[in-house]
Amino acid sequence: MFDEKDLILEAKHVTRRFPASGGRELTACNDVSLKFYRGKTLGLIGESGCGKSTFMRFLVRLDKPTEGEILFKGKDLTKLKGEELRQTRQYIQMVFQDPGSSFNAKMKIRDIICEPLLNFGRIKSSEKDAVARKYLEAVELPGDFADRFPHSMSGGQRQRIAIARAIALEPELIIMDEATCALDVSVQKTIIELVCKLQKEKNIAIGFIAHDLGLIQSFAHQIAVMYLGNIVEILPGEDVEKARHPYTQALLGAIFDTKMDFSKKIESIDSEIPSPLDVPPGCPFQPRCEYCTERCRREHPKLKTIGEGHEVACHLF
Amino acid sequence: MLEIKNMTVCYQDRPTVKNFSLTLEQGQIVSLVGESGSGKTTVIRAVLGLLPGSGKVTEGDILFEGTSLLQNTPEQWRSLRGTDISMIFQDSGAMLNPTKKIGSLFTEYIRTHEKISRKEAWKKGAGMLERMRLADLDNIMNSYPFQLSGGMRQRVGIAMAMIYEPKLLLADEPTSALDVTTQAQIVRQMMELRDEYGTSIIMVTHNLGVAAYMSDFLVVMKNGEITDSGTREQLLGGEHSCYAQQLLDAVPSVGGERYV
Repeated sequence: MFDEKDLILEAKHVTRRFPASGGRELTACNDVSLKFYRGKTLGLIGESGCGKSTFMRFLVRLDKPTEGEILFKGKDLTKLKGEELRQTRQYIQMVFQDPGSSFNAKMKIRDIICEPLLNFGRIKSSEKDAVARKYLEAVELPGDFADRFPHSMSGGQRQRIAIARAIALEPELIIMDEATCALDVSVQKTIIELVCKLQKEKNIAIGFIAHDLGLIQSFAHQIAVMYLGNIVEILPGEDVEKARHPYTQALLGAIFDTKMDFSKKIESIDSEIPSPLDVPPGCPFQPRCEYCTERCRREHPKLKTIGEGHEVACHLF
Repeated sequence: MLEIKNMTVCYQDRPTVKNFSLTLEQGQIVSLVGESGSGKTTVIRAVLGLLPGSGKVTEGDILFEGTSLLQNTPEQWRSLRGTDISMIFQDSGAMLNPTKKIGSLFTEYIRTHEKISRKEAWKKGAGMLERMRLADLDNIMNSYPFQLSGGMRQRVGIAMAMIYEPKLLLADEPTSALDVTTQAQIVRQMMELRDEYGTSIIMVTHNLGVAAYMSDFLVVMKNGEITDSGTREQLLGGEHSCYAQQLLDAVPSVGGERYV
């Protein structure tokens, strides 16, 4: 399904441990390996605190993993420094969750969109107006918005500005951290449509973080499910109904949808996610799993391929 | 039980909610659905008499069990809120005092409503948390709000709202800040409240999927006006405006539309 020559970024066995109080360690990402392909979307889903944002932050080098390497165009991102790192940043951009707090409130939209371009010397100050208009139109906003400040725009419009800023450098990979989570359902739909359109036009790879499986399956080519820092299942976006891991199935069962059978009882795991400070031994999901066996309590399951582009970390398969 | 008759709410002479009518029976769940700024929160704030600043009900009436709420004195409001009508907020963490532990907040809340000793109030509060299926009671009562997860805080919020078994529960986006799995738990819990206590619920949400699953009756709002209202079957079955259709289409569904 994915062409290996389109591979642009590969994370290999990435682990991140944070020091915690009392000499303990918090493992936010445990041996995560994922691949990003040109023009394809990788959806990373999981509950809050499962380490999905921590992982994506490595790719934009806002943080460094404790172990493992991240190869981008043959270079290890984790080892880059100084000017070389700065130059690499233009190829990987990010859109944040809350469009209200990801802009400088005292800058006009024109300056917000053009700042990355000026930083890398791609345009002259005199071209700012034309460039800002061009990118505003690319995200389907009127060109006059260039004179506005972020506070005089709605949440959906601000998120479009954030996307305009991210695509301004023509990056090869965009990371979107729950980019639609703060928006209304109807606005969310228009943003997703815009992202898909831009992806087709510019052939960008996208890493999309979400916690809603219903949303992510509508546009991701590949979905990785994360639980307490571990990838538990990787599956193709169109086959989300074939999900096998008990955790993915629990996520599927928790989706509210207007076409569902309303007499059906909502199935959801009752317990809370354990603290990442004391991840249970063996399979991380075992205390909440109804199929848990003796082996699950002892042995940590590894990802196994069980179908075309479908990997599961579970002893049942 | 609750009847809102042609209500108009204005902030500084500008109408935010126009000509809103709704009738609610005992044990019914009604959802107000709409985008941000459509006035749905204003409606439930008006019911609880909590309109901020210059907000005022300029026309119409709100009747709760036959008596108008609009003429209530502060004294009457105080005896109504928390006992007959109570509210759950989007983020219960923001409602709780961050410098106090859950236990002391809960006992304080109980002791403003009835004259009992601190010890009894503590016991009553802990009992309510237990009924909300929160495990590890002592730990929760001795935690600060920030030490609890979003879902747990929301359940503490529900426990506080439900302690006097109110006849009417107002819920303002109670699940929008939560993960999908936690959302499912809270939705299930709220539906159990109706079955156990016969509480009527008005739920404000922008997620039509959640609204459709929970409610007997749905109201769709846009720019302060009702565009659609009806039972779930009526609304999902085609008897609706194009705006409701837009909202319905926006809910992502497994096996539904794909953009790639």
